[in-house]
Amino acid sequence: MKRVLFATALAVGVAAGYTVPVGANDSVMQATSNPSNWALQTGDYANQRYSTLAQINKDNVKNLQVAWTFSTGVLRGHEGSPLVIGNTMYVHTPFPNNVFALDLDNDGAIKWRYEPKQDPDTIPVMCCDTVNRGLAYADGMVFLHQADTTVVALDANTGKVIWSVKNGDPKKGETNTTTVLPVKDKVIVGISGGEFGVRGHVTAYDMKTGKQVWRGWSMGPDSDTLMDPEKTTHLGKPVGKDSGTATWKGDQWKIGGGTTWGWYSYDPDLNLVYYGTGNPSTWNPTQRPGDNRWSMTIFARDVDTGMAKWVYQMTPHDEWDYDGINEMILTDIDIGGQTRKGLVHFDRNGFGYTLDRETGELLVAEKFDPVVNWATHVDMKTGRPNVVPQYSTEQNGEDVNTTNICPAALGSKDQQPAAYSPETGLFYVPTNHVCMDYEPFKVSYTAGQPYVGATLSMYPPKGESHMGNFIAWDAAKGKIVWSNQERFSVWSGALATAGDIVFYGTLEGYLKAVDAKTGAELYKFKTPSGIIGNVMTYQHGGKQYVGVLSGVGGWAGIGLAAGLTDPQAGLGAVGGYAALHNYTRLGGQLTVFALP
Amino acid sequence: MFAKVFPSIPIALAMSLGVAFAAEDGKTEVDGKYFDKEEEPTYNVKEDGTVDWYTYSGFRRYHSECHVCHGPDGLGSTYAPALIDTIKELGYGEFISVVASGQEKVTASQTSKMPGFGNNVNVYCYMDDIYVYLIARADDAIPRGRPRKRDKKPDQAKAYENECRDGK
Repeated sequence: MKRVLFATALAVGVAAGYTVPVGANDSVMQATSNPSNWALQTGDYANQRYSTLAQINKDNVKNLQVAWTFSTGVLRGHEGSPLVIGNTMYVHTPFPNNVFALDLDNDGAIKWRYEPKQDPDTIPVMCCDTVNRGLAYADGMVFLHQADTTVVALDANTGKVIWSVKNGDPKKGETNTTTVLPVKDKVIVGISGGEFGVRGHVTAYDMKTGKQVWRGWSMGPDSDTLMDPEKTTHLGKPVGKDSGTATWKGDQWKIGGGTTWGWYSYDPDLNLVYYGTGNPSTWNPTQRPGDNRWSMTIFARDVDTGMAKWVYQMTPHDEWDYDGINEMILTDIDIGGQTRKGLVHFDRNGFGYTLDRETGELLVAEKFDPVVNWATHVDMKTGRPNVVPQYSTEQNGEDVNTTNICPAALGSKDQQPAAYSPETGLFYVPTNHVCMDYEPFKVSYTAGQPYVGATLSMYPPKGESHMGNFIAWDAAKGKIVWSNQERFSVWSGALATAGDIVFYGTLEGYLKAVDAKTGAELYKFKTPSGIIGNVMTYQHGGKQYVGVLSGVGGWAGIGLAAGLTDPQAGLGAVGGYAALHNYTRLGGQLTVFALP
Repeated sequence: MFAKVFPSIPIALAMSLGVAFAAEDGKTEVDGKYFDKEEEPTYNVKEDGTVDWYTYSGFRRYHSECHVCHGPDGLGSTYAPALIDTIKELGYGEFISVVASGQEKVTASQTSKMPGFGNNVNVYCYMDDIYVYLIARADDAIPRGRPRKRDKKPDQAKAYENECRDGK
């Protein structure tokens, strides 16, 4: 095999320990700007998941073949993707969160492995499977955020632990599922546990030492939320004093949820990091009167201080579990003849939002699945959704079953990240097409125990039997450009490339490639298990590869394994929808594709 | 862990609180709660499909506390086993013990762990309810989904819930 000199040179340079000046984080910027690498889970700081590699393109993708495979040895839901830095691939697993460094120059031989010992008591406090959304890389270190909230910095060459820090306490239901974001001299870290009454926060640790630099809570007094009552804005207006407690009754904010288990993006020019917060706790809205700020909120925080510059709460006083944690994709966007610094976000609540990422101004908010019915529209002045009373679980009250709400608690889209192609200007979005019944009731809080408070059942929209769509979206107009039906929710992160193609995986286990302009299917291959991982690409030895983790599970594997039922249908119709366990079984495998 | 008192209502106590009636299939009814020949809690489904309160309550509690691992309608998931296949083998006593104290299983490919709910009032005050719901599902006495008709909530259920949840 031929070597690609620049890729190797970069890897050697990083490995040799270039002293990197404190910039955005230069090692991350360098690594992500070289398309031979896949250096961040989200592709780049802008979360675009776009690669300029074009060797595999829309004309030859039909010839794609499996080049090599790797079994992770763990049979659980495999989210996230491997990283590639130079000649090394870093693969992670779900709990127990093993890490493997594979030598791409030596047929994927294992250079080193890291196998943390974690208390099995962590397993049952993880809502919805023991997934992990992958590793991060910067300054010659690989960062792992374990299920038990231990953040570990590993030497990228040896796997030796450089530092380790505890971000939370699983005994209180605090766990981790997400990746971390290395920015400048810091590592930005989130937390999971919204179904256990955990109060969410985002923490910056010093990249060299693991020492905590700042922590911004999702709710609480201004000193906790790191908000300035005058300078921090919500849709251009100051948030006011202690907005993170004033919009709650009593002490409910202390177990208020708003966890931070999604993706993080970063704008080096504005020095802002972007992320969303999850559902307020509990799922029973009657137990937490008020807007419950700042759950369900897009945050823009200063990387150095953690101070919130602006926020936007998408779903005030949530009544449906529409977590706001999905990725924030950054790109310039033309709106009304003006180029704006855009932030595009496909929320669980079914609205696709376009904001100005400098000011937090709301530019577009439109439904990205036509069946979304819980709100008619978003008021562009107040930013509030116009809730339809029929679908309000709060207005219908405790112990009342509200039916036919679309989307389901899975959201029109969950964490599975979308991709953006600067060439087509379109966003490629994996979606869920599922509705639900939701009955809230009173629950009591016990530390470390589930704190849910609602019964729900899910089913496809009336008259339909497919549960997912893969769509192309115009974020300036707020319109679907094309939409492909899928039998199940699409729970895999998309990848767009300069080869005019978009890749994604399906719950049955197919890796698919479609035409970026038309959505026409160009290639599919059935991997050993359902795909909830994200597709990535890299180049090695002059050849482009596409990789994806298989291993069904996660919320999708739990909700869809047995198939859905329609409680509204007549007797005998129940169980009529496809059951995932008739299509795929547990697995844990990396499949890497290339042209022959 | 059993942090609090054993939560279920033994039939003898139930009988002392209410009047027992002989129901169909050798079941005994005490104030809306049904017991089988072994005097263990069970479900009741009338000819028109009306389920007893406890089975309905079990449906609700299951789909709040249990389904996030064990899947909808007791059918299992990629994460945890189908309880409609295991509930009868487990039996009432073992069911109560596992729900209260949890259990751990280690195999070559994975470690699975069920938490103990002995100090979680949202679960342990309703363990009988969840048990009878799962038995009804295992017997195929009720279909998937929400039971369409149910008996009214018995006074005994209200009193027990208040005492168990609030210690009043």
